[in-house]
Amino acid sequence: MVPELLGIVCVFFLSVICSIPLGKYISKVFLYEYTRLDIVFNRLDRWIITLSGIDATRQMTWKDHVKSLLYINGVWFFLSMAVLMNMSHLPLNPDGNPSMSFDLAFNTSVSFITNTNLQHYSGETGLSYLGQLILMLWQFLSAASGITVCAVVFMAMKETKSEAFGNFYSIFIRSCTRILFPLAIVTAILFLFNGMPMTFEGKDSITTLQGEQQYISRGPVAAFTAIKHLGTNGGGFYGVNSAHPLENPNYFTAIIQMIAQTIIPMGLVFALGYMLKNKKFSRMIFGVMTVGFIILVTPTIISEMQGNPNITAMGIQQTMGNMEGKEIRFGSGLSGYWSIITTVISTGSVNAMHDSFMPLSTMNQLLAMMVNGFYGGCGVGFLNFYIFIILAVFISGLMVGRTPEFLGKKVEAKEIKIAMLIALLHPFLILKGTALATALPDYTTASLSNPGFHGFSQILYEFTSSSANNGSGLEGLGDNTPFWNIACGIVMVLARYLPIIGPIAIAGILANKKYIPESNGTLKTDTPTFGLMIFAVIIIITTLSFFPALTLGPVAEYFSLIK
Amino acid sequence: MSTSSSLFQKDLLIEALKQSFIKLDPRLMFRNPVMFTVEIGTAVMLCVCIWVLFGEQSQGSFIYNTAIFLILFFTLLFANFAEALAEARGKSQAESLRKTREETPAKKIFSVGKSHNHQMEIIPSSQLRKGDMFYCEAGDIIPADGEIIEGLATIDESAITGESAPVIREAGGDKSSVTGGTKVLSDTIMVKVTTEQGESFLDTMIALVEGASRQKTPNEIALTILLAGFTLVFLIVTVTLQPFADFAHAPVTIGALISLFVCLIPTTIGGLLSAIGIAGMDRALRANVITKSGRAVETAGDIDVLLLDKTGTITIGNRKATHFYPAGGIDNAHFIHSVVLSSLADETPEGKSIIELAKVNPRDYRINNARFIKFTAETRSSGIDIDNRRIRKGAVDAIKLLCEKAGNPFPTETANTVNQISNNGGTPLVVSENEKILGVIELQDIIKPGIGERFQRLRKMGIKTVMVTGDNPLTAKFIAEKAGVDDFIAEAKPEDKMNYIKKEQANGRLVAMMGDGTNDAPALAQADVGVAMNSGTQAAKEAGNMVDLDNDPTKLIEIVEIGKQLLMTRGTLTTFSIANDVAKYFAIIPALFIVAVPSLQGLNIMKLHSPESAILSAIIFNAVIIPFLIPLALKGVAYKPIGAEALLRRNLLIYGLGGIIIPFIGIKIIDLFVSQCI
Repeated sequence: MVPELLGIVCVFFLSVICSIPLGKYISKVFLYEYTRLDIVFNRLDRWIITLSGIDATRQMTWKDHVKSLLYINGVWFFLSMAVLMNMSHLPLNPDGNPSMSFDLAFNTSVSFITNTNLQHYSGETGLSYLGQLILMLWQFLSAASGITVCAVVFMAMKETKSEAFGNFYSIFIRSCTRILFPLAIVTAILFLFNGMPMTFEGKDSITTLQGEQQYISRGPVAAFTAIKHLGTNGGGFYGVNSAHPLENPNYFTAIIQMIAQTIIPMGLVFALGYMLKNKKFSRMIFGVMTVGFIILVTPTIISEMQGNPNITAMGIQQTMGNMEGKEIRFGSGLSGYWSIITTVISTGSVNAMHDSFMPLSTMNQLLAMMVNGFYGGCGVGFLNFYIFIILAVFISGLMVGRTPEFLGKKVEAKEIKIAMLIALLHPFLILKGTALATALPDYTTASLSNPGFHGFSQILYEFTSSSANNGSGLEGLGDNTPFWNIACGIVMVLARYLPIIGPIAIAGILANKKYIPESNGTLKTDTPTFGLMIFAVIIIITTLSFFPALTLGPVAEYFSLIK
Repeated sequence: MSTSSSLFQKDLLIEALKQSFIKLDPRLMFRNPVMFTVEIGTAVMLCVCIWVLFGEQSQGSFIYNTAIFLILFFTLLFANFAEALAEARGKSQAESLRKTREETPAKKIFSVGKSHNHQMEIIPSSQLRKGDMFYCEAGDIIPADGEIIEGLATIDESAITGESAPVIREAGGDKSSVTGGTKVLSDTIMVKVTTEQGESFLDTMIALVEGASRQKTPNEIALTILLAGFTLVFLIVTVTLQPFADFAHAPVTIGALISLFVCLIPTTIGGLLSAIGIAGMDRALRANVITKSGRAVETAGDIDVLLLDKTGTITIGNRKATHFYPAGGIDNAHFIHSVVLSSLADETPEGKSIIELAKVNPRDYRINNARFIKFTAETRSSGIDIDNRRIRKGAVDAIKLLCEKAGNPFPTETANTVNQISNNGGTPLVVSENEKILGVIELQDIIKPGIGERFQRLRKMGIKTVMVTGDNPLTAKFIAEKAGVDDFIAEAKPEDKMNYIKKEQANGRLVAMMGDGTNDAPALAQADVGVAMNSGTQAAKEAGNMVDLDNDPTKLIEIVEIGKQLLMTRGTLTTFSIANDVAKYFAIIPALFIVAVPSLQGLNIMKLHSPESAILSAIIFNAVIIPFLIPLALKGVAYKPIGAEALLRRNLLIYGLGGIIIPFIGIKIIDLFVSQCI
């Protein structure tokens, strides 16, 4: 028990230790400062820019940034649909896997381009290697999109008064080549040494001890798994994701995967401190995020390591904790940690069956995705957090008797309107989606593996995961039906782009406002008190929005369990 | 002048009660999105009651539904009552000021014929129009606001300011304004009416309070958006709960859903929001400040820089002569004699203080064939020509120039004395006779007691104070340091004020200033908060966005605090209102599902008696908290200048944590009563 917990604590501290220097490096990338890697990358960037014929020097307004983002994302979507629906005719298909149906291709394309990686298919049988590769490309590009919009907001926060800040394409290319690409290569090599497959050959076959032929799916797994975590994507090469022995062979690869998914979201928070030359501000944000994370992860680890009280009551020993749906090589504690890190950060990769977790753990996983801003996905996590900051600034500004200011800019009606709409969107999509699914039992009940509270949790989880662009699922939900594919697809699109546009718009409007120097009466935003205020806003908005839904799902399940 | 500070005067309460019902009109309610949704909910409950009365079984008993309906109805009334009471208080305050200018006879002047002979006719004051002229003599009540165009008079303004000492108002200059309702004590004046009946500042303010022309301030709009956002979130939560509950086979009644909705939306702040805004203007009025818009009060809370005139604000009235320094070789008695001569006709307080210091009786002086030279802005000196003696006293450079022009040197000894006086914060007044230096008079400012602490308080609020003075930089610096202001503008000309304001505003700061003269008008208009003194010129009053009836230069400090209180009251009550939801959830959610899911009893941490009593207790608490908080909304949350962060911590503790805990206690207590009744 002690070594298991020690391992978990080490993983967390390693993540933080790695992300601080990475944050410094990221800030240099965004600020166009010199790094030693410039010799290689300057040339590479120039080459990409010339080849694509874009103007990478024009300073863009917030609207230009949004247009650029939507434009390139739109192009990817059509490309993705074309490939996924025609895989059987295209090369790199040694196993002869079929093309996707329209609704599944729609769901999958949207899912990967929005960095969600909700998978209503199983990789071994549902995709050709070309399909896997194109999805892997989206794993890079969607993560880079998130990092880019985050960088744009950082730049806007730095402005004293300007309408235009940064060039979307230029930052986008730099995020790909200078951040994601080198990290992915290093990570993939580590995976290779631990026995992950990296091949374009078809299935392997072995003869088992019983003398039967068994086929083993393989492919470019190491490369896929590296960016899957670095880019907080989470879409598995195999259907069972990182629980598969070839996608996550041992404890070491599990640690790498857990660290890999945290370093960019954490690093971005530190990068903000370096960019604004206000490390205290980024420490405050990191502190709030970490407190939130610890509050969610601690009870989860405890409840998983304790196991099901009803089984204990039957006189069965559960020294390993709740092991249903878990891998022996990871154990219940580490899986509990993984389940929360993958939900606070919008990765959504799993190393265990979330459906088999204890009710309290399920509630915490749901809450993690409902907040979606404790570290959060690549870039977008901070954007969600930014909305909470704006709301906290407004309310606390009033509480000290001053029109609210954030980093020297007045926060007024227009910004509050946008922030409130974005804060509303998440509960709207989750609750309306779930309500629709519960109101249409003809389409949904057949796909539920459980009736009652747990069935309700499955529905709630699916929409929460879609809206948080997370991609994990309480599998057990038979989700490859037109209803789930299309409903979740729409939720993913809205939940991806609106919460990106909102913060960019607010940051853009604020950047263009007059800068007001700080006075004694100004409320400082880099203090623990203000951190507490943000935390309170987050808790109030999420718990107040989701309390009734959670009550009918995991909470009711919990109370039924312990009675 | 009503001085009663009691919040609940009987006549006001009756008026407010009446208004609470009138305000139920959906067209009026629509302005407040939070309470408008409550009104819709109440209407739905009324329909449900009727439905149950006609035999519907699924929605619970008729009494239970009627109880919900009534409680919601009272929630609406309470919210309306808060607004109506604030309005009534503001109105009565303004009315009591307006009463002073009821019908009075006015001696209107007509110009007759080409020679403009004046003829007088007595008409009721209500018939006076803008531009008309009237005539007032000792004992008359001034019938309308206006500007003196001829004459000088002492006037008793106690009806407006409460100050019993009479003031002098005269034509020309910055003290030419008279206010309707005040009384002329001596002399006669001719006055030109400057405002149309019903358009005076007081009328503007009454209209603002009454609501007809009340516009939401930018901050109020932003807060309304936030509250509307929360309302929408909870609308989504409640609407989606119906299919969730059906899925869980836990049917919920319409009454329970509407109760949940009304409890969750921020009705507390929604109901009190407009009352808080009106109360802010009302508090300003109680401080004898007429605000021309609610926005001005709000902006006052944000002020970063305060421009204050030295005289009257920082120092008591005027300077006093404290020392005579005859120049080398000049006899002390001769010097004093000359000084007194030159000051005989000097009516300024400085001039009088010189005679006081000389300890002589002016009547002993023979002043035949004397010609008095008045002070002008160009010569910057005054004096007397008598028996071939030309005695002048004035500013250093003015006299220096005068002497040097005549070829006489400016002695170094005198220059030293001048510097020494300036370094000590005094003002040197140089005296010359026939263009030769006689000596120097030292004038000293006396700083108001207690003003240092007020500046300390302002600094803690984060406000920079700037002293504006006509003194030379040395004197200004000395007084600035002694009084504890942060910056000063010395040798200030009106355009210097203007430039200073513009400079600060360019740096993103908000500036407030107070002024009275016509030459202050541009700066008053430029400042974010411009407070004109009521005694000031019409131009100054038009340019500013507030008028101070007391003509008290320190009033700005109070105005800033009123503005801060206004924002704080909004902020803290919003926090309180939203924090309340936690307890309400724990009351209502178990109540909704406990029948279908008995294990949820674990969530009923308050151990409420029954689902019905839990729901009723929650909405009763939600309703009664509004009247409980009316005094706070009207009086405002106390502002303490302890720094923004400490203030946030304090308010989070009181209104955030308090907002979480109080409803748990309140709902439990109400439940104990309710469970006895049903």
